[in-house]
Amino acid sequence: MRVVLAEDLFLLRDGLIRTLQEHGCEVVAVDNGPSLLRALLEEGDAAPDAAVVDVRLPPTFTDEGLQAALEARRRRPGLPVLILSQYVDQLYANELLAGGEGGVGYLLKDRVTHTGQFIDAVRRVAAGGTVMDPQVIARLLSRSDARGTIGGLTQRERDVLELMAEGRSNAAIAAGLHISESAVAKHTASIFTKLRIHPSADDNRRVLAVLAYLKR
Amino acid sequence: MFDKPRAVASRACVAVGRCQLASLHALAVSAVGSLVVLALLLMPVGVGFRLLPPAARALRVLSDRSRSRADRWTGVRIGPPEPLPADRALNARKRSGAIIADEGFWRDLAWAWLEPVTGGLLVAVPLALVEYGVFGALVQPFVWRLINDGNWYAFVPVHSTATMCAALLLGLAFMAAGLLAAPATLRLHARVSRPLLSASRSVQLARRVERLAGTRARALDTQAAELRRIERNLHDGAQARLVALGMTLDRATRLMETDPAAARELLLDVRRTSEGALQDLRNLVHGIHPPVLADRGLGDAVRSLALDSFLDVHVETRLPGRLPAPVESAAYFAVSEALTNAAKHSGAREVGIVLTHENGLLRATVTDDGHGGADPSRGTGLAGVRQRLDTFDGTLDLHSPQGGPTTVTMEIPCALSSPKTCSS
Repeated sequence: MRVVLAEDLFLLRDGLIRTLQEHGCEVVAVDNGPSLLRALLEEGDAAPDAAVVDVRLPPTFTDEGLQAALEARRRRPGLPVLILSQYVDQLYANELLAGGEGGVGYLLKDRVTHTGQFIDAVRRVAAGGTVMDPQVIARLLSRSDARGTIGGLTQRERDVLELMAEGRSNAAIAAGLHISESAVAKHTASIFTKLRIHPSADDNRRVLAVLAYLKR
Repeated sequence: MFDKPRAVASRACVAVGRCQLASLHALAVSAVGSLVVLALLLMPVGVGFRLLPPAARALRVLSDRSRSRADRWTGVRIGPPEPLPADRALNARKRSGAIIADEGFWRDLAWAWLEPVTGGLLVAVPLALVEYGVFGALVQPFVWRLINDGNWYAFVPVHSTATMCAALLLGLAFMAAGLLAAPATLRLHARVSRPLLSASRSVQLARRVERLAGTRARALDTQAAELRRIERNLHDGAQARLVALGMTLDRATRLMETDPAAARELLLDVRRTSEGALQDLRNLVHGIHPPVLADRGLGDAVRSLALDSFLDVHVETRLPGRLPAPVESAAYFAVSEALTNAAKHSGAREVGIVLTHENGLLRATVTDDGHGGADPSRGTGLAGVRQRLDTFDGTLDLHSPQGGPTTVTMEIPCALSSPKTCSS
């Protein structure tokens, strides 16, 4: 798998390159916005399978990385991009999800310390999935709590909803909560009935539907 | 601009009434002004010393009233001069001396001489139009039969039904013109009076210096307190966690050989501690300057606030570019505070936030549909915001009648620092 990595801090870039290479990725590292955009739009053999992008990049040190990623996805819809940031913001999450194509991820930089989970996120994004940071989801859930839109769920259903919104598959949810996959399936069916979300067999559609519900 | 006709008409009638008041007031000003002059002229025979202080005070009462009316009626703010010297311990001669040495007194007197001529005549124009119009519309239709030739209404000789109708229409036109002219006349009157009614330039500058010294001192205090808070936060948060992390790592290193399982536990602990330290730093950074504000500016930062609020928040921004960073920051935290108050105290469901920048003035209004009755003196949040805006000559107004809605309006004078470059 060919991964474009955009990170300007040397220490972090070095660590990420090593981690990705250890897991069989071919890494193209860039350290600023314009070269990121060029690398993302390469054609043919040089075309990336996925990108891991730091939000803040030179030359402006604002949201250069995010802007380049959004621009690349406008030109190549569905281009898998995993955004890393020191701080997650709902506004940026919404912008990434706006297209509804999947193949996007938005994680706190801290998550790269859990190598296994980080690589898993890269793979899921590359496969067209959606990965949202637990902190984004936690904020959406606490907002939904305050608005009373998920009041009817049991605690276990809430836990399942949280993991579903993060973009995890039934198998991953089952492993995370130490329950069986069929139990997860039962919970998800119950959640969809209670929240009146149209159930979908497609994992990515399911994530987007859940996120759309939480954002209401 | 798109008000209902009834509101426009009632405002015009009120304005005519105010013109009447202002013209009567001009008479009083003229009388008291003459009294002051009389007192000055009688000083050589001694009586003037007794007469001058009360006369000057009476004149000041009138000029104060004019200033407050200018503000209430037309929104023209006029900074008052320094209060007249009134030391009761001094004798009449010394008190008069102090008054004569006072700049504000002479400005009052100059105003008292000019006001009846300029202001009085000015406000009399709409009055005369309305009153002459009433005469034409109400009296002419009945009176022309009773008097013979030579009954003219303006330029219309009234001697038949046709000319009577013309006079009637003309009278209505005069009334309409007077009513329409009245609000504008009041504004013009306030502006004409301002140069003499306001404090002299040196007094205004002295006040401004005093105000700036005050806001500067408060800004420095706030900044110092903020630095202390950051220092304490780092010391008790991230720094402490890093020390703990080092100690745990040390123990893990020593246990590596003898008890690998325990060492592994400790290393997991290290990871949790490092995550905690990162979260501490993140919260701290967000409290100092939210990243989205730095990245995108005020509009998107407020949109981000709106997304995190559990209320339905509608954000409308008309900002043609980025604002200076300190202003953006102050405005952001001000809006944030207003939104928090709406969520906590108002019982509102919906909040509307409008950000505009016009004529060098950034204006942010936060309106909720809650039950109102917010007390600005209660709680420290808005007071802190007001203080922060003060540093930029900004203002904060809270309008919260019982039953709602509550509107917080913040204004900061500032120039745009750069044209907008990103479209989102």
